[in-house]
Amino acid sequence: MYDGAFGDQSKTLSVLAFWVPMTLSAVGLLVTFTAGLWNIGVEGQIILGSIAASWVALKVQLPSPIIQVTVEILAAMMGGALWAGIAAILKTRGGVNEIFGGLALNNLAIILTNYLISGPWQPPEGGSFRGTQPFPADALLPRLAESRFSPLSMIMAFLAIALIIVMLRGTFWGLKLKALGKNPFSAFLLGVSSEREVVLAMMLCGALAGLGGAVRVLSWFDSLRQSISGGIGFLALLVVMLANFQGYWVPFIALFFSAVLNGSISLQIRTQLHSSLGGILTGVMVLFVLLFSDIGVFKWARREKRE
Amino acid sequence: MSDTEFIRMMASIILASSPLIIAVCGETITERAGVVNLSLDGTMLMAAMAGFVAGLKTENVWLGFLAGAIVGAVFGAIVAYGSITLGKSQVAVGFVLTLLGDDLSAFLGQNFTRIPGEAVKRFGIPLLKDIPVIGPIFFNQDAVVYFSYILIIVTWWFIYRTQPGLHLRSSGERPDAAFARGVNVRRVRYLYTLLGSALVGIAGAAYSLDVKIGWSDGHTRGLGWIALAIVIFGGWSPVRGALGAILFGATKAMATILQRTFPEISVVAFNAIPWVLMIAVLMVVSSDITERLIEFMPRRVQSPLRRMLRITAPMALGSTLVEK
Repeated sequence: MYDGAFGDQSKTLSVLAFWVPMTLSAVGLLVTFTAGLWNIGVEGQIILGSIAASWVALKVQLPSPIIQVTVEILAAMMGGALWAGIAAILKTRGGVNEIFGGLALNNLAIILTNYLISGPWQPPEGGSFRGTQPFPADALLPRLAESRFSPLSMIMAFLAIALIIVMLRGTFWGLKLKALGKNPFSAFLLGVSSEREVVLAMMLCGALAGLGGAVRVLSWFDSLRQSISGGIGFLALLVVMLANFQGYWVPFIALFFSAVLNGSISLQIRTQLHSSLGGILTGVMVLFVLLFSDIGVFKWARREKRE
Repeated sequence: MSDTEFIRMMASIILASSPLIIAVCGETITERAGVVNLSLDGTMLMAAMAGFVAGLKTENVWLGFLAGAIVGAVFGAIVAYGSITLGKSQVAVGFVLTLLGDDLSAFLGQNFTRIPGEAVKRFGIPLLKDIPVIGPIFFNQDAVVYFSYILIIVTWWFIYRTQPGLHLRSSGERPDAAFARGVNVRRVRYLYTLLGSALVGIAGAAYSLDVKIGWSDGHTRGLGWIALAIVIFGGWSPVRGALGAILFGATKAMATILQRTFPEISVVAFNAIPWVLMIAVLMVVSSDITERLIEFMPRRVQSPLRRMLRITAPMALGSTLVEK
């Protein structure tokens, strides 16, 4: 499995390219988890980001590649934030728990993708049901030769990590979110408007997930595909849980997950093992850490949280 | 639509709703005891796979259901151990198990996809099945459907009319008070998490052995979440939950008919129906908007309307009990 992940340069780059959107979503989830929200809708927010970026890439022609890609990315962030905003409003105004709202919106996002691929955005040469036509090269993120990895996207991911960690630890808004997550009622008594904070936290997470979605279409693929996210949002949730909701662990655990999953895909090609093996490994690991994180060997990871 | 066609459609709705009814009853029991088992989707997938394979290997469909129940109970045991003994977040454990069940069922069931297997046989109940209209709809079904009828009644009677049922509810509403009155809250919660989860397992097996015979990747994906939403819609009552499940089945059947009548509308739009419905019904039962609409109604219908539409969750749902 290690060989499958880091065996040669192209595989390593593939691991990194898979790491970027997962990390972006996981960093976004740090914000919602801090506010005590279970943003399971992150998967749908990634997909909406992909759809929004694809819409710009397919339908809008801008003078220079830099402007083109920037607009695509902004559109993706707005798309993700919109989807997250809907889930947030459903929670605050409609009384629909964010888990159920998010889950329904995930499925609606998948259905919307399938509709676009098989309907209005069908490639002109006929319906293949697999994806749109490839975007022009100017509309894509600049990638390293012969790979799916875009160094620019990695820089964005690092920026996002730094920004969110500083924001959660060092700003008043971060403190408000923490109060909200720890005890919503006393936060309310202290004058933290929960609705505004919930909506903002969700939309920030959605924007980062949407950015991850843009990276999926503009660097991992070159078009909108049927399973454009393929569960990256759920993986990001596992990453944050395994990181014990601590920001600085997120990039490393995401890298490990990315390696395991990419490794299991090449393991499948070589040994005919089912590709779900990677998912099982990560799932079992998270379950064990979740259950036994305050017992014995895992104690060091917990110490921080007790302070 | 002719009469026979109508009867056939109604009968198929009842059949298709029966696993959901079983799952909803199971989860209702668990949540009434104060534990949210969020792993339903993964549990049902694993149970559907295990039930199908066990039925195939032993050539006995009932052993398939037994396998499903055991798988369900194992998932329930993990949730119970994590949340009751270790005091972890029920949502977190349940969610991880959902993902794990999905992947594990795909992995373990990979050699059993799309092959014929055992299936439950239909048998009509003598006398009852000869009642016009009602007979062919409700009593010319199979054992799974009859089990779901019995389960609704037994669950309702157990929760509301027996002493263990009172202990069950008190563990979900006021665990401290129940503990003070001598109820072993931990044991009660363990018991009903396992029992409810086993029922969810039976529901999963009911898909692969009866309603949607066979196994494929993600065979029942999404239905566990639908069941969880129906539990809320049903206001944690088995009878109302069962009605919700049948309503859901009816909406799906309606969608199929509409699709045949309007073939020009994309199939995709019809796939979206269950999820839009899920958001809509959850909003109806719990948003402020409903409350405001009720206040506009004539005073006389306000209270029954409120009772019909509004729901309240068990007060200690999802909490961990700290015993002193």
